[in-house]
Amino acid sequence: MLATRQFHASSGKRPWTFYALASLFGAYLLFLYGPMLVMYLLSFQGPNGGVTFPMVGVSTVWFEDIMRPGQMANIPVAFERSIALASIVSLVTMVVSVAAGLGFRRRFPGSGLLFYLAVASLVMPSLLVGFGIGLGFKALGIKADLLTSALGAQLTWTLPFGLFAMFAVVNRFDRSYEEAASDLGASAWQRLRHVILPILLPGIIGVGMGAFTLSYDEYARTTLAIGSRNTLPLEIYALISSATSPTLFAIGTVTTTVSFCAIGVTLFVIFRLQRRRKATALQFN
Amino acid sequence: MLAKYDVELIGVTKRYGATLAVDNISLRIPQASYCCLLGPSGCGKTSTLRMIAGHEPISNGDILIRDQNVTDLPPAKRGTGMMFQSYALFPHLNCLDNVAFSLKMRGTGKTERHARAREFLNLVHMGDFADRLPAQLSGGQQQRIALARSLITKPRVLLLDEPLSALDPFLRVRMREELKRLQRDLGITFVHVTHSQDEAMALADLMVVMDDGLIRQAGAPREIFERPASSFVARFIGGHNVVPGERGLVAIRADRCRLGAAGSGPYLSGRVAAVEYQGPLVRVALETEFAGQATALLPDKLFYAGPVAPGERATLVWSEEDVHALPNA
Repeated sequence: MLATRQFHASSGKRPWTFYALASLFGAYLLFLYGPMLVMYLLSFQGPNGGVTFPMVGVSTVWFEDIMRPGQMANIPVAFERSIALASIVSLVTMVVSVAAGLGFRRRFPGSGLLFYLAVASLVMPSLLVGFGIGLGFKALGIKADLLTSALGAQLTWTLPFGLFAMFAVVNRFDRSYEEAASDLGASAWQRLRHVILPILLPGIIGVGMGAFTLSYDEYARTTLAIGSRNTLPLEIYALISSATSPTLFAIGTVTTTVSFCAIGVTLFVIFRLQRRRKATALQFN
Repeated sequence: MLAKYDVELIGVTKRYGATLAVDNISLRIPQASYCCLLGPSGCGKTSTLRMIAGHEPISNGDILIRDQNVTDLPPAKRGTGMMFQSYALFPHLNCLDNVAFSLKMRGTGKTERHARAREFLNLVHMGDFADRLPAQLSGGQQQRIALARSLITKPRVLLLDEPLSALDPFLRVRMREELKRLQRDLGITFVHVTHSQDEAMALADLMVVMDDGLIRQAGAPREIFERPASSFVARFIGGHNVVPGERGLVAIRADRCRLGAAGSGPYLSGRVAAVEYQGPLVRVALETEFAGQATALLPDKLFYAGPVAPGERATLVWSEEDVHALPNA
């Protein structure tokens, strides 16, 4: 295997499989990003244009259209709800995943069963989970709402994901860091505060970001558990089934921008964390 | 009054479920000494060290540090410091903050703890690396930082878990000297776990040979090398031939054996299996009929006066006074 690779590297000739797989990957990229690029482009359609090419001029009227609460949907309000819900979901997921991740490092009676119970939610049909939660709230006489049933429904989705990701992060955490800390006189709280959390921080931020984006575009579980105040994906869906105009494309462009901003902010925070560490280091020079 | 022993183990046992890792061992480590726990992997040496450190609960027995029973005390209250095999330097803190960590936990102010940390960085010749992160250091440098971080707690006993195993051979010898120098200068006890006989012999005042959860022999390296207590010890520390004698097994140092003809003294004959040139010495391994492999370490001058080649027949001879009877074969 290694010998073949070195042989090809030295002769500069790639096997035909390279070109076959590269073409396949290229086709995949086109399939993934092509339609999205078309959508971004068409969202700048002129005021008299339609939902297909050709572009009839260039304008931002469809973006302005989003901001006007329409009959079918109120996009700005739904957007605010989605951001608020996603932030709360992200926070809860981070806290619970870190606690569970640290707890699961040691085997305890029933830990296997508990783990499977927690992640089973990933394989259950999303729509039915949401339906069950909606039904349950109705049966108990509690009003289904954004921060009650919808929050719960989304957590059944983000928590198992967060748990899986945290297990991977925690598994790479060397136990001797903790032992060294307790050797140096750190209490349990100090170990968590000064050693465990800082070392795990990039992973924790990653889990938070993952939960945020999962929540931000969650549809299936939320739709039957949301009550009357819709999140953004639900509003968009209502809009798609009722009207077709480049406004939909504009919404797509804006929401994608928000997702990329979330990723950008996360990376920026991680970058700043590392730079601050270096900066504190430098001031002692 | 000063305690006579820095560390005392009294009937210490460690069980993991049904397996016995350390089996009722007792040991006294005198004041300010360099003690090496030596043994093959799985012999219980690391478990013993971790029990002294307080990172492993003790199944049975007691551990005393300077006459104080520390069996149930947490690691930081024992007066021990531990240096981990992986060094366990905190990757998010620079060297200065790593070394200052224990002071920070105790609530020492920033200026003071940084000043103290600098002293200890200088002690291990790492003063210029205060602002570096551990990932930016070589293995040897990381080890110095780990050493400084442990020493700043002013431990009575420093515990080192295979501290040299991650270093390249050249650096290993240099760090070895440095560890010994630090131990002498600080006047505290070092307990050093290793599987390398060379390391233990070079460093130890007290060498403890362990196997199978038991202490097979404890004493000064020279005493153990000259009078191994059992065939296991003789084979493990190396440099010995273990052969059947008149009353059980006996050990003969390989460097006391010569090649020659069978005479009135004891001898073993066999076929030369290997010849290794080692500079000042030449090692000749013999496959013998009755005693398995036996080796002779010959001064190069002597070997080249009458060289042998692999495959040839040869006879190993030694004098009666070099025969050491093994008390517990």
